[in-house]
Amino acid sequence: MKTLFDMQPGQKAVVKKVHGEGNLRQRILDMGILRGTELEMIKKAPLGDPIEFKVKGYDLSLRQSEASLVEVEVLK
Amino acid sequence: MTKQDLTIALAGNPNSGKTTLFNQLTGANQYIGNWPGVTVEKKEGKLKGHPQVIIQDLPGIYSLSANSLEERIASEQLSQHSPDAIINIVDGTNLERNLYLTMQILEMGIPTVVAINMADMLSRQGAKLDLDKLSKRLGCPVVGISALKGTHINELIAEALKVAKSGQAPKTLAYKQDFEKLLSDADVVLGSDLRKDQRRYWLSRALENPEPLNLKPDSLDKLNALVKAYEEKEDDDIQSLITFERYALIDQLVEGVRGGKAPDAVSTSDKIDRIVTNRWLALPIFVVVMTLVFGLSVWGAGPGTLLTDWVNDGLFGEIIPPAVETLLSNWGVADWLQSLILDGIIGGVGAVLGFLPQMVVLFLVLAFLEGTGYMARVAFIMDRVFRRFGLSGKSFIPMLVGVGCSVPGIMASRTIEEERDRRMTVTVTSFIPCSAKLPIIALIAGALFGGAWWVAPSAYFLGIAAVIISGVILKKTKPFAGPPAPFVMELPPYRWPALGTVLRSVWERAWSFVRKAGTVILLSSIVIWVLSSLGWENGSFGMVEDIENGLMAKLGGAIAWIFKPLGFGNWRAAVATITGLVAKENVVSTYGVLYGIGEVGEAGEEIWHHIARDFTAVSAYAFLIFNLICVPCFAAIGAIKREMNSARWTWFAIGYQTVLAYVLALIYYQIGTWMTTGTFSVGTVFGILALVGLLYMIFRRQKDYKKPELSVAPAK
Repeated sequence: MKTLFDMQPGQKAVVKKVHGEGNLRQRILDMGILRGTELEMIKKAPLGDPIEFKVKGYDLSLRQSEASLVEVEVLK
Repeated sequence: MTKQDLTIALAGNPNSGKTTLFNQLTGANQYIGNWPGVTVEKKEGKLKGHPQVIIQDLPGIYSLSANSLEERIASEQLSQHSPDAIINIVDGTNLERNLYLTMQILEMGIPTVVAINMADMLSRQGAKLDLDKLSKRLGCPVVGISALKGTHINELIAEALKVAKSGQAPKTLAYKQDFEKLLSDADVVLGSDLRKDQRRYWLSRALENPEPLNLKPDSLDKLNALVKAYEEKEDDDIQSLITFERYALIDQLVEGVRGGKAPDAVSTSDKIDRIVTNRWLALPIFVVVMTLVFGLSVWGAGPGTLLTDWVNDGLFGEIIPPAVETLLSNWGVADWLQSLILDGIIGGVGAVLGFLPQMVVLFLVLAFLEGTGYMARVAFIMDRVFRRFGLSGKSFIPMLVGVGCSVPGIMASRTIEEERDRRMTVTVTSFIPCSAKLPIIALIAGALFGGAWWVAPSAYFLGIAAVIISGVILKKTKPFAGPPAPFVMELPPYRWPALGTVLRSVWERAWSFVRKAGTVILLSSIVIWVLSSLGWENGSFGMVEDIENGLMAKLGGAIAWIFKPLGFGNWRAAVATITGLVAKENVVSTYGVLYGIGEVGEAGEEIWHHIARDFTAVSAYAFLIFNLICVPCFAAIGAIKREMNSARWTWFAIGYQTVLAYVLALIYYQIGTWMTTGTFSVGTVFGILALVGLLYMIFRRQKDYKKPELSVAPAK
């Protein structure tokens, strides 16, 4: 299973499923990361965590632990 | 409130320009407080030109799902005190995600106007939004504004007043048929279990998470059955299905609304960010920015410090006291009252107000950085480091500022949204030695360690260690336990901050410091003055000449035993520690007075030989440890109280700081004495026990606590 955590800078992917539970999951969904959303991995923070993504035209930062909850299909 | 009064709530995403719009709508007529029982700021104001209309600023939120504290407050405010209208500000450069909140707001059925912000930026980019089309589809008025430039604000006000007066609810937006069927089935099943008004909002809340709604077991079972059937049919879970439907609807709504030039694939903001958070450049740039923040506000020769020095030495040194003294003498005011006013009130309050210029400069720099969007990047860069010990990337700023003064440091914690992280940060910020603690370090270093170079760095190391230890210990206690707060954080585009918003933020913070910290300090200054000045001298009670006869000395003697296990159980050390509570600068000068020297230099060179006689190297360092870690000055306690907004949490912070200081000093003194003298005593046993206890608290296994339930006190 590939997740947002496995992506490299510049790679694009489509979300397949958001795992996890409760508030954290709801927050990820609310921010527009849900089935069918296309997003791009921009970069990792200088210390490797968190990770920045571009989704629905804005920039979002997710910790590694959160990024690995989002199952994706990498586009290229 | 009279009957004509209208309340209009202002809702929107963080970074959507909501604060700027609020300032545009209300001008100077604002009241700032806290939402009941929590530390989330509450702002209200009178609408400019319409004093009978109240604008209520809701916390910046992404959703009304009521997961975070801010979301809970906003949703309770809207559902329990239905405002007459809602102004929903939407960032036009980020339509989809902003409209997600709009979907939920419209479900409430409260008259709503959508304000599309950043109209100026869009037209500069050559983009066009068909607002008429959007308005028709949303079923409510849509106004394009620029909060920054103040354009079309009057139109927005007119529309908002119109819908508020007419009570015209927005039209209901239809989801796809299957989902509408689920909603109407749920409607039947829940019947009178769920409130009748704002029905669609409450139905979706019930579907999302019925737990907090206290449904009857019977209805809950039926609801769960409905949900389960739907989930099976759609092969997904209900939370993600609801979110999916809302976003699907948004896609339909914005279809064909955007025209003109498409936004650049790589915006200017993206280009700036490529440099600012670049893998190699991010940390150097960060260091430069922090050095600037520091240099401007707290560095010795920076503008903030120069102003503060002027206020301290000039205004409260050479100008006000002599003037007041002359005035009081001319009026023939009694000596004791003169002393109270001059030494007690002006001395105490002045010492604190002296920090004000420094803080204003600091707040100015911070508000500017907040306005540009750089603060989110600081959290992005530093999160990894701070998460290790239970804090978040946003805890960095308070601690950095705390190197100068804990008061603005503690106040800077306000930018941390998550309440647990904020409380933790407020509790630990004062462990970082502030500039007022430097003379104590210099005193001990000079008197007992021959001015050794390592004493000062060791104090900072001690402070950082105390922060880390506390993070680890507290994270394992019930109030701070639980899964880490989501760090799903938006990195807003870089923007040039609005001058008005920056200045207003500086003013709010500075004024609240003067007002709230001022009352605490005024009282405590009077108390300390009374204790130091009154006592038994020459057989009668009254004003004392010699501080050794004062109540303070008696009190010092009475509590000195407390510090005996720490190696400094003499009354002078006790008194110096107590006066350190008023302001840490007092510790060295109090020592000067107590040894009968009077005025002493900054590091107390004149009393080094006394200190060297009264202390050993071990007990002196224990004294240093206690004074660095224990409760900060009254001004900082005032700031803690303000940021905690709860007596219980304020006492917790004070208690924790005191206990930690005591335990660390105890361990150091007892075990240090054992190591250096080889004498094993009862005290050594306690020292070892304290060390074992501390290590246990640090390394014990994390218990599984149930998720702490955040509750919002019902508003009156």
